[in-house]
Amino acid sequence: MAEANMQQTLTGWGGMNPETCDVFRPEKRRALSDLIQAKHSDTIIARGLGRSYGDTSVNGGKGVINMTRLNRMLAFDPEEGMLECEAGVSLAEIIETFLPRGFFVPVTPGTKFVTVGGAIANDVHGKNHHCDGTFCEFVDYFTLLIPNGDILTCSRDENEDVFWATAGGIGLTGIILTACIRLLPVESAYMVTDYTQCTHLDAALETMAASDQDYQYSVAWVDCLAKGKNLGRSVLMQGNHAGVEHLSGDRKEAPFTIKKGLPKMVPVQCPPFVLNSLSVQAFNTAFYALHPTAEGSITDYNSYFYPLDAIHHWNRLYGKSGFAQFQATLPFESKQGLVTMLERLAKSRRASFLAVLKTFGEQNPGLLSHPMKGYTLTLDLPNRSDLTPFLHELDRVLLDHGGRLYLAKDAVATAETIAAMYPRLDEFKAIQRRLDPKGVLSSTMARRLGLVG
Amino acid sequence: MMSEFQQSVVILGSTSGIVRATAEAYAAAGFSLVLAARDDEENEILAADLGVRYDTPCHAVHFDGTDFSSHAAFVQECEACLGTNPTGLILGFGYMAEQKIAESDITEVQKMVDANLTGAISILEQFAAVFETRGSGFMGVLSSVAGDRGKQSNYIYGATKAGLTCYLEGLRVRLFKANVTVTTIQPGFVDTKMTYGLPLPGPLVATPKQAGDAIYRAVSQGKNEVYVPFFWRYIMMIIKSVPRWQFKKMSM
Repeated sequence: MAEANMQQTLTGWGGMNPETCDVFRPEKRRALSDLIQAKHSDTIIARGLGRSYGDTSVNGGKGVINMTRLNRMLAFDPEEGMLECEAGVSLAEIIETFLPRGFFVPVTPGTKFVTVGGAIANDVHGKNHHCDGTFCEFVDYFTLLIPNGDILTCSRDENEDVFWATAGGIGLTGIILTACIRLLPVESAYMVTDYTQCTHLDAALETMAASDQDYQYSVAWVDCLAKGKNLGRSVLMQGNHAGVEHLSGDRKEAPFTIKKGLPKMVPVQCPPFVLNSLSVQAFNTAFYALHPTAEGSITDYNSYFYPLDAIHHWNRLYGKSGFAQFQATLPFESKQGLVTMLERLAKSRRASFLAVLKTFGEQNPGLLSHPMKGYTLTLDLPNRSDLTPFLHELDRVLLDHGGRLYLAKDAVATAETIAAMYPRLDEFKAIQRRLDPKGVLSSTMARRLGLVG
Repeated sequence: MMSEFQQSVVILGSTSGIVRATAEAYAAAGFSLVLAARDDEENEILAADLGVRYDTPCHAVHFDGTDFSSHAAFVQECEACLGTNPTGLILGFGYMAEQKIAESDITEVQKMVDANLTGAISILEQFAAVFETRGSGFMGVLSSVAGDRGKQSNYIYGATKAGLTCYLEGLRVRLFKANVTVTTIQPGFVDTKMTYGLPLPGPLVATPKQAGDAIYRAVSQGKNEVYVPFFWRYIMMIIKSVPRWQFKKMSM
């Protein structure tokens, strides 16, 4: 029986530019391989939980494969902490299953509602990039279904070029079927966190440079409405996994048990005035005031890593027209670029509800993998009519300072901009063409940025 | 010290969406499992998944509901896997041909009767004998609301399920004396491959997890019959109460 499809209007998590796609949701491996070989639609792209912000997993008018039913765990070796699972397994499922057994995900973005396939295809990073690198650095191997129906095993020893083209390759090299991941042994579900207030960007960058090596995780929340002598006013949040010796009372008795709050939800799209520069300024002032410099505070992993996951559909706060997320990474020597971007942001009074700054460690061999040594600044910007020109202005600043955008976040950049930012794009395209000579794999982003064909 | 007794369940037709979720509810409750299906590749993946997630023994065994002569050996194989006879079983295999095709193709009708009726009866009688002798056990069997009323859109499939529902009614009476419960499970719309792509109103559709958990609860409580999601009981009550003279004019 042919796999049924459904017309669905899809966007990235930012909610911009909705497009109607032909969505398939196979429940069996064989149904998936039949799909990639049959000509149901012009082209197809795999989609996980739809948390990338732009058009990475949207394929307007064409095929999308929802991978969330292919989420079976296949094997676990508790000695080595090695988990083999299908690509549709989410980080939330991994944590739920293995945290009680003393393991955490080795790298996590700011939401646990991402799939393993998505984590590889975007080569995601977390607050520990400066120590541990990206998600793919913990992937021993994965299997990739390519358009001719073959399944390639990719690792550092086998099909190495395909491994590093797929890491960050936003689903254009094939469909990731399974992956083998090294989980991180931990002693508890808690974090020991130090908070440090910094009144200015310089102080934040200096403190990070001086102290990041003492923490596995480090990130700074930035008030991007602050100007002048307060430019880049931040709260540094640096932490490590808590050992049993850090805990007391009930937590010491049951170190892997945390209190679960009731899930909250934004039920409907909010009107556009909910998030404006005044409400965000009030939030920012309160956030700064509520996080005085403090040492050794104990928080559970959800509050530390996933504060926004507690509010389902928080993206609806931005209203129907959505928002763009902007993540820019600059080499350490280009601090001026960071200052220029923050100045433009503060001047434009664009409210970013969430702005974070962190430092990245070494770049990996991923051809389109985003992180490189330097600073990375991430913010949300509400979608107003003048958003695209403003973002292009920031892209220009980035280019002038040798920086780059993150594909998982981008919704508006041009092909020329991305080509200039990713010097190994031609190598990627060559491998992509070799794996997909008939052009079966594509997405709205791939067409916008000329990544295929 | 005596080792803790682990309950066990045999899951027939594990590769369908609802049955996968039901198996998961049993694994989460600490049962050891035998997953049985025709599609060995998928069945083994599903068994691995539950074994890893819930850290419980989960065996994959080949099973074909329409290969009647293999059913006695299958019961032996389950016993061999578990080291004892299972505490209970869930039956979720079945076959649905398109009504229009079945109207003119008797081989499709035969396939539905073989799977939904003859096959189900064949394997249930095997386990019924085991449970009856032992004097304990449970059986949860997926029938269909299509068997509650013959509708022109799928009455041939419905006829096989009506037969199954009737069979279960009698089996329940017989096994009651042996302390064995028989639960007839009537699924409405559940968000699986069966309903994917159909224009259904969202609130009427249950997630597989909701369905699996509801089935586990109803079977554990030894209910005679359960609709999943529960409000289908009321929908079907209304449909069943439409008089025949009116029903025949409706285009259901």
